[in-house]
Amino acid sequence: MEFLSYLISGISLGSIYAIIALGYTMVYGIAKMLNFAHGDVIMVGGYISFCVVTYLGLPGWLSVVVAMLVCTALGILIEGLAYKPLRQAPSLAVLITAIGVSYFLQNSALLIWGASPKVYTPIVSGQIEMFGGSLKISWVTVVTVVICFIIAVGLTSFISKSRMGKAMRACSEDKGAAQLMGINVNRTISTTFAIGSALAAVAGVLLCSFSPSLMPTTGSMPGIKAFTAAVFGGIGSIPGAFLGGILLGIIESLAKAYISTQLSNAILFAVLIIVLLVRPAGLLGKYVPEKV
Amino acid sequence: MAKRFSPETKMVPFPSNAIVPERDMDSRPILEARNLGIDFGGLTAVEDFNVVVGRTEICGLIGPNGAGKTTVFNLLTKVYQPTRGTILLDGRDTYGMNTSQVSSAGIARTFQNIRLFDNLTVEDNVKLGLHNEIKYGMLGGILRMPGYWKQEKIAHQRALELLSIFDMQDMADQKAGSLPYGAQRRLEIVRALGTNPSLLLLDEPAAGMNPSETAELMENIIKIRDMFQIAIMLIEHDMNLVMGICEGIAVLNFGRIIAKGTPAEVQSNPAVIEAYLGKKKEG
Repeated sequence: MEFLSYLISGISLGSIYAIIALGYTMVYGIAKMLNFAHGDVIMVGGYISFCVVTYLGLPGWLSVVVAMLVCTALGILIEGLAYKPLRQAPSLAVLITAIGVSYFLQNSALLIWGASPKVYTPIVSGQIEMFGGSLKISWVTVVTVVICFIIAVGLTSFISKSRMGKAMRACSEDKGAAQLMGINVNRTISTTFAIGSALAAVAGVLLCSFSPSLMPTTGSMPGIKAFTAAVFGGIGSIPGAFLGGILLGIIESLAKAYISTQLSNAILFAVLIIVLLVRPAGLLGKYVPEKV
Repeated sequence: MAKRFSPETKMVPFPSNAIVPERDMDSRPILEARNLGIDFGGLTAVEDFNVVVGRTEICGLIGPNGAGKTTVFNLLTKVYQPTRGTILLDGRDTYGMNTSQVSSAGIARTFQNIRLFDNLTVEDNVKLGLHNEIKYGMLGGILRMPGYWKQEKIAHQRALELLSIFDMQDMADQKAGSLPYGAQRRLEIVRALGTNPSLLLLDEPAAGMNPSETAELMENIIKIRDMFQIAIMLIEHDMNLVMGICEGIAVLNFGRIIAKGTPAEVQSNPAVIEAYLGKKKEG
């Protein structure tokens, strides 16, 4: 029973990683860049939700909607101001810019909200007791897994069936040919950032509901872990992000429970290294050897 | 299919730059390139490119390797921005347009090395060509609102209709990357036709085809022109194809047009023979 409860909390933690990992993997797939500021968009989402509930006194679900809208706008803004001018620049320049944006967001949050942690009120509280009280599952866990599932189904069908989703896949394969189909590549990239950032806001709210202390650096560690999850599953692949995220969550939760809390991150990254040694493109990624 | 006749389309000025002057003297041309040129650093890749293409003309662009033929296509589709000169599409200056805007304005093309979206199905490839004809927003796509179903149904039918030109309806659900070579070349043409062009640029459509496939392709190019009433400009090394279906031919060498005219005129032009075979030794 103990194992089951660790497994469930692992899946739920993994669901959050998966939602964040989507932002990394979609942006990488289409713009071929690593957006390291993504983790900090999560933090902004958490703060916005916190402010809406605390200062405006609005209900939790509404704060999620507001956080999503603000983060969407933020994502589009970041892409337009920081990354778009560097479209033709070497990828290293874009990477450094992304790190710069990350610090900018963290320090802006420090300036606005201060360094002391804010206590976030979870949007859902309470727990379900099963098997006569021997298994307790919090509602946050259930909500997180359900939301992750909805996003997985919705996003997959959006990408594979809708006009914009197909345009995204076309841009990820061949931007030049996509433009000749009359597809506006810049707008497609913007849309990708918008979707990724909206999902980051959802992840931010869920993350803060799990560990209710909110700081300007809240987003960086989950951000890095979610990036790991994206690489683990095969960067650029959407099912890969889900698989990688959930597996990572389970590994982390079980490592904490049965091996050592302090070593859990080390174990996590050790597993990543082993997987990448065996499958360099990640679990679901396709390894494309470079043609000589 | 509605074609784009705009009232401001100009008459061809005299003397005409038409490939075969008498053909398009008094009709409004679909494409007019004036003094088009591009430099890459210090290297002039194309210079003084003047051409007029009639509304339903099939014309050829030939020349030795490296003459700048594909560069001309890249200029017309704004993959490269021209250093000099003007491109008028249906009388409209395309200055400042980018590739996707030129595509919407009516130029479609295929590539020398096939550039399909390999991981998408054949039907989705054609639907991407139809991208700007399908109209529903992001939210409609996520929430599957009625507009989504209606528009997707129209797109599906249109895609099958276009695929049927080459009898490819049965392949609609296959991945484009898994098609045989010849079918991939045909799919590229279908996808280009999806953008509802008034000028179709074909970059070496017969490359890698055997003689019977080439013969079929020739029939199909004429069929497409007659069906869609569009202009087709093609780059090709297969002289049977070029001489067989082109009404006008422009010959490019070292980035400059060295000859223009009907197939017969071009074939007997000394400058063309020299470009292809080298100069005859004196004495």
